[in-house]
Amino acid sequence: MTTAALSSASLSKAALFEAQAVKTSARRNRLLSLPALLIIGIFGVLPLIIICVYSFLVAAPYGGVQWQFSTDAYLNFLFQRDIFDDTLQFTPDFLIIYLRSFLFAVVTTVICLLLGFPTAYFMATRPPAQRNWWVLLITIPFWSNLLVRTLAIMFIIRDEGLINNALLALGVIDKPITMLYTNFAIQLGLLYAFLPFMVLPLYSSLEKLDFRLVEAAYDLYATRRQVLWRVIIPLSKPGIVAGCLLVFIPALGAYVTPLILGGGVHLMIGDLIAQQFGSGRNWPLGCAQALILMAAVLVALFFYVRNTSGKVQHG
Amino acid sequence: MAEPRAMDIKDQPGFRSIAVICLLVLYVPVLILMIFSLNSGSLVTHWEGVTLGWYGSAFRNEEFHAAAKNTLIISVTATIVSTICATLAAIGMTRVKPWRGIAAAFMVINLPLMVPEIITAVATLSFFALIAGTLGLNFGIGNLILAHTVFCIPFAYMPIRARLEDMDLTLEYAAADLYATPWNAFRRITLPLLVPGIMSGAALAFIVSFDDFTITQLVAGPGQTTLPLYIWNQIRRPMTPEINAISTILLMVSILFVSVSFLIARRRAK
Repeated sequence: MTTAALSSASLSKAALFEAQAVKTSARRNRLLSLPALLIIGIFGVLPLIIICVYSFLVAAPYGGVQWQFSTDAYLNFLFQRDIFDDTLQFTPDFLIIYLRSFLFAVVTTVICLLLGFPTAYFMATRPPAQRNWWVLLITIPFWSNLLVRTLAIMFIIRDEGLINNALLALGVIDKPITMLYTNFAIQLGLLYAFLPFMVLPLYSSLEKLDFRLVEAAYDLYATRRQVLWRVIIPLSKPGIVAGCLLVFIPALGAYVTPLILGGGVHLMIGDLIAQQFGSGRNWPLGCAQALILMAAVLVALFFYVRNTSGKVQHG
Repeated sequence: MAEPRAMDIKDQPGFRSIAVICLLVLYVPVLILMIFSLNSGSLVTHWEGVTLGWYGSAFRNEEFHAAAKNTLIISVTATIVSTICATLAAIGMTRVKPWRGIAAAFMVINLPLMVPEIITAVATLSFFALIAGTLGLNFGIGNLILAHTVFCIPFAYMPIRARLEDMDLTLEYAAADLYATPWNAFRRITLPLLVPGIMSGAALAFIVSFDDFTITQLVAGPGQTTLPLYIWNQIRRPMTPEINAISTILLMVSILFVSVSFLIARRRAK
């Protein structure tokens, strides 16, 4: 009786001690996140706050800002002040660039999905050993230097590039087709840049697909097409949404691709923003443009969160 | 082919050809770029014969040396700092009772992945201009190192956290039961098991820093040319296959580090 009581007392004491130890170490552990949070907080989050402030200031003549409140940056996004009678005139130049970029990003996302889904599905249905090779082959371009990859596209589509040289040699054309510095070049470059971003999330979703469901569908006399549209695609929706987002967001803010393949003539949002910090010398306008892009990204992320939290409910 | 029926139900017509096309589309342009780095002619587009001369001239090029040195200083420092921070943060966010604000902390860590690069670039530029203007602070190449560290942290964090979450907790409990102090349990049990995750994270952090163009271009001051910036400067001049040689070197570095990271991760899966 006493021994039992004693041991239970010491046990509970030990448990208490252990809980205490776990608690203090847990509290100490939480501080381990501090360095990372501080670095990102100071050099990542604070700069975003600074551009929010800058967007409400006045541009200094040689770049930078003057500390004087103004909403001109946002007004200038849609309007231009007439130098003679000081009235605001609707100037949709920037808006057009935003819409163009949106269109580029949507087309990129759709085509990447049309090419990426079959690819990811094919990869996911290979035997495991082969699957690893496929994943590595898609992962390499995913992490390869985007500037260099864009340069590779440029070499191919230039007037003296491989495609034109080949077509000239074959006698299909007698003078080179201009492809570089066109909308086509930008679109091609975006597709090339972001295709791996679509394939990888799709693959990780399709890899977990339960093929017993596919078999069940066939047993119920579904055709191949029905199995694809009514079983496989609905089941891989989280991967599709993630892939589309991973392509859409960077495509919308693309900078390198239009810079090299658009030749400064065909702008996208990214180049427009960078221009305000370079030759444009209008930092507040650049900040406002960046924040408008950020708002568009947040809308996309919001749809993503809503979509994925809906999935959790279904199990 | 051992299970013809099982293969058959997974099959969808035409998917194989699309997959092969995707692979060709992804690799052919890059392979052509690499092949032309061996071109003995001085034009980027006309093939004349095989030579390694452009690699030689790249290695003798002073500007290339300076750019390579800058790139290595920045990416090695950013990799070390970000990997240490990411490892600590991953432990502080998995080996704890969920604390208030942990979700917000997770968002902060992942923020650099969600913000488009061009926005991060102009924001960082504005930040450094502001502290240079008001506080007179300019860290020189340290500006670039700090900017790189920020976006390297989430890339290093992901594989380390994944590894911590996959790890068998009973080993750590066993160590605690055997009176290991928390520090000893970490050093002797958790850390050795975590090494593959840390290596994989460091490899990814190194690649994203090594390859970064957008943020570097906007933040870099005079004399802070990195390899991607050097390539960009060359594109705007008449090009020789030397640019292909340098591009090929950059691609090879990426391929090496991706493969290392991939192989480590695969060994973990086995």
